[in-house]
Amino acid sequence: MKRFTAWRRRPWAGYAVVLAALAAIGVIYAGFQPRPDRAEATATAAAANDLQNGKALFNKNCASCHGLNAEGTKDAKGNPIAPSLIGVGAASVDFQVSTGRMPAANPGAQIPRKAPVPDFNTQIDTDVENPEERAALERQKARAEKNLADLRAYVASLGDGPDVPSAQAVDPEGGDVALGGKLFRTNCAQCHNFVGSGGALTGGKYAPPLDKSDVTPTQIYEAMLTGPQAMPVFNDTTLTPRDKKAIIAYLVQTREEPDPGGNGLGRIGPVSEGLVGWLVGIGLLVLAAMWITAKKPKKLKKS
Amino acid sequence: MSDNNDTNGSGQEPAGAGRPGRVVGTPSPAAEKKLLASEDISAPAGSGEELDEQSAKRAERVVALFFLTAFAASIGFIAYYIVWSGRDGGMHGIDRARESNYWLGGLMALSFLALAIGITIWVRRLMTSKPLVQERHEARADDETRRQFGETFMEGARDSGITKRPLLRRTLLLAAAPLGLAPLVLLRDLGPLPEKRLRRTYWAEAVRKAKAQGKRGVRLVVDGTNKPLKVSDFSSPGAMITVLPEGIEEHAHHPLNEIAKAVTILINIPEDQMKPALRNRNWDVNGIVAYSKICTHVGCPAALYEQTTHRILCPCHQSTFDATDAAKVVFGPAARPLPQLPLSEEDGYLIATDDFPEPIGPSFWERG
Repeated sequence: MKRFTAWRRRPWAGYAVVLAALAAIGVIYAGFQPRPDRAEATATAAAANDLQNGKALFNKNCASCHGLNAEGTKDAKGNPIAPSLIGVGAASVDFQVSTGRMPAANPGAQIPRKAPVPDFNTQIDTDVENPEERAALERQKARAEKNLADLRAYVASLGDGPDVPSAQAVDPEGGDVALGGKLFRTNCAQCHNFVGSGGALTGGKYAPPLDKSDVTPTQIYEAMLTGPQAMPVFNDTTLTPRDKKAIIAYLVQTREEPDPGGNGLGRIGPVSEGLVGWLVGIGLLVLAAMWITAKKPKKLKKS
Repeated sequence: MSDNNDTNGSGQEPAGAGRPGRVVGTPSPAAEKKLLASEDISAPAGSGEELDEQSAKRAERVVALFFLTAFAASIGFIAYYIVWSGRDGGMHGIDRARESNYWLGGLMALSFLALAIGITIWVRRLMTSKPLVQERHEARADDETRRQFGETFMEGARDSGITKRPLLRRTLLLAAAPLGLAPLVLLRDLGPLPEKRLRRTYWAEAVRKAKAQGKRGVRLVVDGTNKPLKVSDFSSPGAMITVLPEGIEEHAHHPLNEIAKAVTILINIPEDQMKPALRNRNWDVNGIVAYSKICTHVGCPAALYEQTTHRILCPCHQSTFDATDAAKVVFGPAARPLPQLPLSEEDGYLIATDDFPEPIGPSFWERG
């Protein structure tokens, strides 16, 4: 205590106290005040983490074909194996991955729709009885949604491209079904059939069916926006968001139309119906005629 | 002339011919001979003479069962109508008309079908079939009848006065003559010749109107929304849309007819993929090209554009056109490329500066 009293009397003691007080205030201020900074720092760190996660997922699932920097790859002859993903945008990633087309199993004439890989399977059915099981499935689904969002963010960070449409933009409610039908018949029906049953193209390619509910409105919008595989692009300045909404409304409403004859026969029109008419209808008539006119098996007694 | 006018020769066996006579309209027994084993010749197809009583009884019960089914179905039809459909103003009103139709139609069909099956089984299992012969009488009437007919006819003619009163005769003929000519006039509906109408589309008229207003060409609008397209609107490579000349729906004389001819697909091809044949025409705007949508084979809408291969496929007969090579035919029965529309740019908008340079659609005789 004596020593402290001795220091207190030194000429620099006053300065030291002021400095210490300032430092203390500074530290305390730093402790309370810079919350926004810290939050920003966390957000940046999280975004970096998301991008990191997106890049990790990209390297794991996509890089083998699209290249480590998404620059695309070519075979020995210089024919492209996989296109560059720089500038394709989030909508394209969302479409390709959520429909299970990517990652592709093998490069063929056409990459088919399939169940998405587990990392990205956002269509998990969580409607199960067991609460533990349900919780696990919900966690898995949330993780898949996060993975998909991270991958979208990563690819979108490589170059600007169309973004995923908002839920409001793809809502079939309020779409002009009549306009949608007209636009669909003039621009889409030649490949996808007028009720969206799909159809064949050249060289083993095909236009996939759109008449099942697993083709979501978001996927329809993204397909028009990005033109996946052989499909042409219908950008928002050619077919406006209102037109796209109308087309979605038409497709969703057409799915609910009843089939008056019982079986829609693929709803591919008079070809299948005519074929069934000929084969079944005329076949039955022929059988009936044969039965009516057939010779009876009995024979006359020989006399 | 009827067959049951059997004054002559009914039931007579042709004497001593050694071959059985035959019912009019049945196949010749000579043909049947080839089909039957020789010991079966005397056995007409499906004779029931050997039918044992037991199997006959069984067949009888089966047939009766079908007839009872037909009866029940008919009663069901009446009952369904009275109890269900007939109420509320008949046929369930509009709401349940389909259900009514299914029930009423199904029951009636069942009734007819059961009757038909029962009768067929009856014929096949219980009735005997014997050869019945009915000779045709001679086609020529005998002299007495002919003389009488002639007399009656002439008497009638005299009585009507058609020979005595030429005015009546001539005006009647006059009245009948145009009636005979009338169908000939209808042959006109096979025509008229299309003249020059197949050579031009509404693009020509639209461009002419636009030029009269001091513009260089007519704007392209999206079929369905009538939105005029800017070059920047259609800038995505691989884009495709169906377009029409601006104003076709409002100003064309027969809009649907004109749209059917003028319908055009607009495609955005990456400029580096355009082949010389297309590039040299210089009818594109930054790789945006327009082709007629009507296939040159038989006129189906050819618009299955694949942006990976830049092929345009016609769904009817698989004619395939290369969009990068001025729509040259690369596969299928089409003989000519799709006509290309000359495009340009004005005030940022895509415009067509002229009609298609050749007739669109399938070939025709006068096409030249």
